[in-house]
Amino acid sequence: MNLEKTLAQHKAAILQAWFDQVVETYPSDTAKMLKRRKDPFANPVGSTTRKGLEGLLEELTGRMEPQNIISHLDPIIRIRSVQSFSASQATGFVFLLKAVIRRRLQDKAPQCLHGEAMTALEDRIDRMALAAFDIFMQCREKIYALKAEDQRRQTAAALRRANLITEVGDKVPDPKNNNT
Amino acid sequence: MSDELITADEMLTQIDHKPPGKGWMDTPVNIRKGMYCYASNPKSVEYLGLPNARPWNPMEDDWKLPDNWQEIVHNAFKDRLERFRSFKVFMDICVRCGACADKCHFFLGTGDPKNMPVLRAELLRSVYRNDFTKLGKIMGKLNGARPLTIDVLKEWWYYLYQCTECRRCSLFCPYGIDTAEITIMGREIMNLLGLNIDWIATPIANCYRTGNHLGIQPHAFKDMIDFFVEDIEEVTGLALEPSFNQKDADILFITPSGDVFADPGTYSCMGYLMLFHYLKEKYGLKVTWSTYASEGGNFGFFTSHEMMKRLNSKMYAEARRLGVKWILGGECGHMWRVIHQYMDTMNGPADFLEEPVNPITGTKFENACNTKMVHISEFTADLIKHGKLDLDPSRNDHLSVTFHDSCNPSRGMGMLDEPRYVIQNVCKNFHDMPANTIREQTFCCGSGSGLNAGENMEQRMAGGLPRANAVKHVHEKYGVNMLSCVCAVDRAALPALMEYFVPEVEVCGVTELVANALILPGEKERETDLRMEPLPGREEES
Ligand code: SF4
Ligand code: SF4
Repeated sequence: MNLEKTLAQHKAAILQAWFDQVVETYPSDTAKMLKRRKDPFANPVGSTTRKGLEGLLEELTGRMEPQNIISHLDPIIRIRSVQSFSASQATGFVFLLKAVIRRRLQDKAPQCLHGEAMTALEDRIDRMALAAFDIFMQCREKIYALKAEDQRRQTAAALRRANLITEVGDKVPDPKNNNT
Repeated sequence: MSDELITADEMLTQIDHKPPGKGWMDTPVNIRKGMYCYASNPKSVEYLGLPNARPWNPMEDDWKLPDNWQEIVHNAFKDRLERFRSFKVFMDICVRCGACADKCHFFLGTGDPKNMPVLRAELLRSVYRNDFTKLGKIMGKLNGARPLTIDVLKEWWYYLYQCTECRRCSLFCPYGIDTAEITIMGREIMNLLGLNIDWIATPIANCYRTGNHLGIQPHAFKDMIDFFVEDIEEVTGLALEPSFNQKDADILFITPSGDVFADPGTYSCMGYLMLFHYLKEKYGLKVTWSTYASEGGNFGFFTSHEMMKRLNSKMYAEARRLGVKWILGGECGHMWRVIHQYMDTMNGPADFLEEPVNPITGTKFENACNTKMVHISEFTADLIKHGKLDLDPSRNDHLSVTFHDSCNPSRGMGMLDEPRYVIQNVCKNFHDMPANTIREQTFCCGSGSGLNAGENMEQRMAGGLPRANAVKHVHEKYGVNMLSCVCAVDRAALPALMEYFVPEVEVCGVTELVANALILPGEKERETDLRMEPLPGREEES
C-alpha cells in the first residue's frame, strides 16, 4: 500500500496521537481537562486545537491550499501566542506530527517510511511550520499594537471628536520664534 | 515567556517535552510580562491614605516590603476571619472536589493550573492552615499547610490579580464557596503592604478628588455632554437641553465616567440624553446629571470594604443634596454589584429617598426598595412593556446583535431578562450565545475588577478567550456583527478582545441601540445612526 492510502487509513489514530501530544505541552492537570471535556464552549482551547489539527491533517493529505492551512493554524496559534509559551513552543506543535506519523508507520506500514513520498510529506509539514511562525509573529505584533493603543485610543478618540484636544496642525513652528 | 528569545538548543529540548509534572506547591511562581498590571503610583496610594506607599516593581526581587510584613499579614488575616464569617467558612469547608476547577475563564484561557479556583483559594488556605489550625501546625505540608514566605506572597499577588472576582466558579461549587470573596480578602490584606496596582489605585484617587476615575473636572464633564448634544442635533435636528445638578429634579442619573469619555460608551451616553429628552417632552419627567458624583463605577470594591463604602457614599450624598426622589443608574458593572450586595449594609438605609416608582407607568421597583436605585435596563424595559416609547427597530437592521451578560449585573444582581427584552424590541436580529456561556453562567470579559489595563494584554486576551470563542460561534453561525453589553468595563475591554479574536464584531451598549430606534418628537428623518454611519437603505434616498 502506498503512503497516501496508509495515511488515509490511519488518519483518526494519527489525529488522536497528535492532539494528545499537543495538549501535553500544557501542564498535566490542564492537559487532562483539555482531553476530557468535549463541549467546545466549556473547553475552548481543547476544541479549537482539535478542530485546527483535524483541518491541517486534511490539507496535508489533500491539496495543501495555503488559505486553508492558514485558517486552520490561526485559531490555535492565536491562543498559544498569549499563553506562557515561547515562540518555538507556540508554533513547534506542527513538527510533533512528524514523529507521530513515523511512529504509526513504524508499527503499521514500515515500508512507507523510506522513499520520496515520505520526504515530500515531511516537506509539507515543514511548510506548515513556517506558516505557523508567520502567524505567530502577526499575533504578537497585534498584541503589541493593542498594548500601545488600547487605552489611549478609546479616550483620545472621544476627546478629539469633542474638540477637547488640540493636535499638531500643518503649520510647522518657526524654530527662531521662541513664542511658538 | 512568549516575548523572551531562547536559544536553538533550548528550543530543541523544549518542543517535544512535556512540562515537568510537579505538585502545585513545588511549582515556583513565574511572574511573566503581559500577565500583570503595573504597581501603583505611590502618590495615589498616599492620597488615599493607604499604608506603605513606595515605588516597587513586581519583576525585581526586592518588593521593598515593611520589615514586619509577615506580622501585618497574620494580624490582618486573623482580623478578617473574625469579622467575616463567610471567609472563615470558605477557609474550612472546601472538600477539594474539583467541581469549580475548570469553570474559571482564566484557567480555561491561560491553561495555568494555579488559575483553577480551588488552587487560587488554596493559596490563602495553605497559609490559613499553617497559622490558624492545629492540624496544619503539626502536620505542615502533609495537611496542605505552608508558612507565608516571600515567594508565597508573590504567588498571592500574581494569582489574586488573575481573578476578576466574577463568581462564575461559585455557581458550580456544591458548598457555594465564593472564590471571589477570597480574592477580595487577599487583595485587601495585600493592600496593607502597599501591594496595589496602578490601574485601580489611581482611578480611586481621582474618583475621590474629582468624582470620577479619569480625574475629569466638572466643567470638562459638562463640555463633553455639550458636545454630545451637538452630535445629537446633527443626527436628529433637535437641540437637547440636559439638566445638571438640578435641585427639583425627579431623578438623579449616575453612570460610569467611561460612558462620557471613552468610545464606544459615548454612544450609549448620547442614548441616555436622548431617552431623557424624550421622557421630558412626552411625560414631563425631570432627570438630572451630577457633575460631582460623576462616576457610577466603584474601584474601591477592588481595594477594600472601607474604600468601597467611601466611594459609594458620594452618590447618596449627592442624591440627598439635590433632593431627588430616587437614583437611576446607567450601564455599569460593578456599580450594581456594590449597590445590590453591599450598599444597604454599608451606607443604608437610604431612607431620605422614596421607594422608586416609575411615574410614567406606575411600576414600583420593589427590588430597589432599599437601595432606591433602578437600573436603566429595568427602567427602559418597563417603559417598553407599557408601550411608552415610540420605536423604529428597522434603524438597527444593519446589525445582528448578541448580548454579553456582564458578570456583575447578571450573577451579581440577577438581571438577565430585561436587557434582552429591550434589545429584542429595538432590533430585529438578535441571537444569544450558547447557554453555558450566558446568563448566570456568563463568561467574564477577562478584564474586570481593575484588570483593564494595556500592559497586561496577554492576560486579558487569555482570560477573554472563552467569551470570544462564544462570540465567534454566533458570528460564524448567524452573522452576528455587534456585541452588546450593559457595562462600561466591557465596552472598554471587549473591543480589543474582538479585534484580536473576532475582528468582524463591534461592541455597543444597549442604550445606544435604544436611541437609534427611538423616535423623538419633532425629529428630522434620520440618515445616520449615532456613530454617524449611514442607515441601511437611507443613503440612496438622501
Ligand atoms: S471568581 Fe471568576 S476569576 Fe475568580 S476564580 Fe472564580 S471564576 Fe475565576
Ligand atoms: S467546588 Fe467548592 S468544594 Fe469543590 S473544590 Fe471547588 S471550592 Fe472546593
